[in-house]
Amino acid sequence: MKRDVITSIIGILVFSIFCGIVYPLFITGVSQVAFPGNANGQKIYVHGKLVGSKIIGQNFADVVMKNGKPEMSDGEPVTVPDPRYFQTRPSGTTPADNAAATSFANYGPNSVVTLKAIESNIQGYIALDKAPGGTPYYPGGLTAAKVPVDAADTSASGIDPDISVRNADIQAYRIAAVRHLSLATVDRLISNYTSGRGLGFSGEPAVDVLELNLALNRITGGS
Amino acid sequence: MTFSGWLTIFLFVILLTLFAIPVGSYLTRVYTGERTFLDPLFRVPERLAYRVLHVDPDKGQDWKQYARSLIIFSLVGWLLLYLILRTQTLWDFTGLNPQHFHSGTWNESFNTASSFMTNTNWQYYSGETTMSYFSQMAGLTVQNFLSAGVGIVVAVALIRGIIGRSGKSLGNFWQDIVRTVLWVLTPMSIVIAIVLVWQGSIQNFSHYLSVDGITGLGQQIAMGPAASQEAIKMLGTNGGGFFNVNSAHPFENPNGFTNFFEMLVVLIIPAALVFQYGKMSGNRRQGYAIYATMMVMFLGAASVAYVAEAHGSPAQHAAGLHTQVVAGSSGGNLEGKEERFGIAGSALFDVVTTVTSCGAVNSAIESYTGIGGAVPFANLSASEVIFGGVGTGLYSILLYVLLAVFIGGLMVGRTPEYLGKKIEAREIKLVSLGILITPLTALFATALATASKAGRASIDTAVANGPQAFSETFYAYLSQANNNGSAFAGYTGYDGTVGNLGAHGITFADLLGGFDMLFARYAPILFALAVAGSLAGKRVSPAGLGTMRTDNVTFVVLLIGVIVLIGALTFFPALLLGPIVQGLTGHLY
Repeated sequence: MKRDVITSIIGILVFSIFCGIVYPLFITGVSQVAFPGNANGQKIYVHGKLVGSKIIGQNFADVVMKNGKPEMSDGEPVTVPDPRYFQTRPSGTTPADNAAATSFANYGPNSVVTLKAIESNIQGYIALDKAPGGTPYYPGGLTAAKVPVDAADTSASGIDPDISVRNADIQAYRIAAVRHLSLATVDRLISNYTSGRGLGFSGEPAVDVLELNLALNRITGGS
Repeated sequence: MTFSGWLTIFLFVILLTLFAIPVGSYLTRVYTGERTFLDPLFRVPERLAYRVLHVDPDKGQDWKQYARSLIIFSLVGWLLLYLILRTQTLWDFTGLNPQHFHSGTWNESFNTASSFMTNTNWQYYSGETTMSYFSQMAGLTVQNFLSAGVGIVVAVALIRGIIGRSGKSLGNFWQDIVRTVLWVLTPMSIVIAIVLVWQGSIQNFSHYLSVDGITGLGQQIAMGPAASQEAIKMLGTNGGGFFNVNSAHPFENPNGFTNFFEMLVVLIIPAALVFQYGKMSGNRRQGYAIYATMMVMFLGAASVAYVAEAHGSPAQHAAGLHTQVVAGSSGGNLEGKEERFGIAGSALFDVVTTVTSCGAVNSAIESYTGIGGAVPFANLSASEVIFGGVGTGLYSILLYVLLAVFIGGLMVGRTPEYLGKKIEAREIKLVSLGILITPLTALFATALATASKAGRASIDTAVANGPQAFSETFYAYLSQANNNGSAFAGYTGYDGTVGNLGAHGITFADLLGGFDMLFARYAPILFALAVAGSLAGKRVSPAGLGTMRTDNVTFVVLLIGVIVLIGALTFFPALLLGPIVQGLTGHLY
C-alpha cells in the first residue's frame, strides 16, 4: 500500500514531465522548424497589416454608425454584411466569427428557435442579393428553396472558413455587379480558391472566403 | 447522399482493417515482451523508469495487487490535475499563461479532473477562454496519456487472465503502463501531431492574435500548443478538445483529409487490440469473431446516421429549405456542421467517436436530426463495446462474450466454457455486475437530474424545449457514465466567462457528473480484473464435441443479440422520451 503510494507519486511526476512538458515541447520544436507557417496559424499580412488567418472564418461586415459613433446592442457593435465581399456562413459565436471564444449554436432539429434562426438567415441572404433599387442580382431572384443549406444553417465552429461552391456561385452575381467585374472573372477566382475533397473523396469541396475576398481586393484595388 | 459519402464510409472500414492487423501484431509483441523495432530507442528509458519507480517489472501481480496499483496511481494523478487546475495562476512564471486566465472553481475543477482521469474528457469548461497552456499541457495532456494507458493495461490484464495457464499473475501494472506510454502512445502521438501540423494545425505558445480583418472589424484568434494535444486526444480515445468546439475548430481539424485521418487514429488501437486478443489467445479466429461483431454494428450505426442527416431536419423543411444534393452543395442537415467535412464526414466522425469512448466532435450533436441523434445514443447504450475506448472496448466486450457463452450454454444445456475454461457462478456474477453498473449509473443520474430543480438548472432553455431538453440531460449522464465525453452541448455545468474570473460552476451538475464518471469507470475495471483473476487460475480442459464454438457466425449473431437486447431492455423507455419522439414527428417545440 505505502509502496504503491510512493511509486504512484514518483510515477505521476515523471510522466507529467515526459508527456506534459517534453512531448509538447518536442512537437513545438519540430513544427516551428518544419512548418512554421502552419504552426503559427497561417497568418495573412496585407501591406504589413495582419488581416486574418487563412483557415479561420471572418465576419466581412461593417459597423453601423449612428451620430458618428458605432451603434451598440448588448455591448456589441451592430454590423451589416458588406456587399462587396463574399459572406461566410452564419456563426453561433458572440460576436460572429469570434475565434477567441468558439461555441456551437446548439440549435435542435425540432425547435422553433432553430426555425426562426434559419428563416432569419434566409431573409438576410436574400436581402443581400438585392441591389439598392430592389432588383435581385441573381437571375430570376432567390427564394428560400434556392438558398444553399450552408448559407442558412449555422456552422459548427462558428468560424467556418469555407462556403459551398453553390453558395459562392450565387454570391458571385452580386460581387460581379458591385465590383464591376465580369461574372467569368469572379467565377475563375472562385475556382482558384476552391479546395477539393480530401484524398478525392473525404469531405466536400470548399471555397476559402478570406482568400477569395483578398484576391478580389487585389484585382479591383480597393477595400 | 452522395457517392463520395458512401465511398468515405466504405474506404474507412477497409483502411482501418488493413492498418489494424499489423498494429495488432505490434501490440502483441509489446505486451508479451518480444522484440520490436523500437526497442533500441526505448529499452534504456524503460530500465531507467523502473529504477526511478523502484519496481521490479518481472514481479507478477495477482488481480488485487494489480487493481490496487492502478487505483492508487489514478487517484494520485487525479489529485495533481485538480491542484494544477485550482492553482493555474501559480504557474504563470512559466510564461505559459499569456492570456492571464484565473484558476478554476472547485466544483468545475472536480468535474474536469474526474473527467480527464477517467478517459471521459467531458468538458464543462471552454478551453480557449479558461485554460492556460500550462494546464492544457502538464495537466490535461498528461491524463490524456495516462487514462488511455490505464484502459489498455486492463484489457491486457484481462486477456492474460483468460489465456493464463498457470498461477494467478495478471502481469505487472507498472511494467504495462510504462511500456504502453513508451512503445505505443508516445511514438504514435508524435507522428500524428506532426501530420496534423503539416496539414494546418497550430503548435505555438503565442499570445492570441489580434487581427485587423479586411473590413477593419477586428478579430481575436486563439493560439496554443493544439496539435500535440489533438494527437493524443484522438489516439487515446480521450476526446477533450483544446478549443471549445473540439474537432470542428479549423486549428484542430483543418480539412477533409485530417478529418479522415483523425477518424482512423481514433479506431486504430481499439481495432488492433481485437486482433491482438486473437493472437494472444492462440486462435486468431476468436479475434475475427469479435471484430466482425463490432464491424456489423458499426456499419449499421454509420449508415443510419448518414441517411438521417442527409435527409435534413424538420426545422429546415419548415423554413422552406431544399435539403437534397444539388450541384455544388451537399444538402442535408448542415446545421452545426462544417462545410469542409460535409454530411458524410460529420456523420461518420460522430459514429466513430461515440462507438469509442472518444467523444470528440466535429459537429454539434445537439443539432442532429432525431434519428441521427438517436445513433450516438444507441452507441452509448451498447456500453462502448463497438470498438469502444482504448482497452475499455475490449474488456467490456469480453464481459459480453462471457455472458453470451453463458446464455448459449444454458440453451444447449451444458456447463458453459470459454477457451477451455469453465464459466461458473462466480464469474457470471462478476460479469453481470460489470455489465450492469454503467447503465444503472447513467439512468440513476439522469433520473436525479431530471427530477430535481438543481438538475434542470443546467438545461439550456433558450434553445432546448420539450424532448430536446430531456435528451440534453439524458445524454449528459449517459455520456459521462460511458466515459465518452461527447455532449448535447446546450447542457451546462459552468457559468463561464472569459478567464474564469467571476465564473461559477453549477455544483449539482459538476458533482453528479463527476461521480457518474468515477463510479462507472472504476467499478467495471474492478469487476473486469476480478473476472481475470478468477479465470487466471482455472485449468484448461480440451474442447469436446459438445463445446460451443465462439469463433463462428452463429456466435457472432448470438453476441450481437445479447448486446442489443441488454442495451434495448435497459434504455428503450428513456430513448423513446427523447430522440425517438423527435425522429418520429415533424412537430416543432
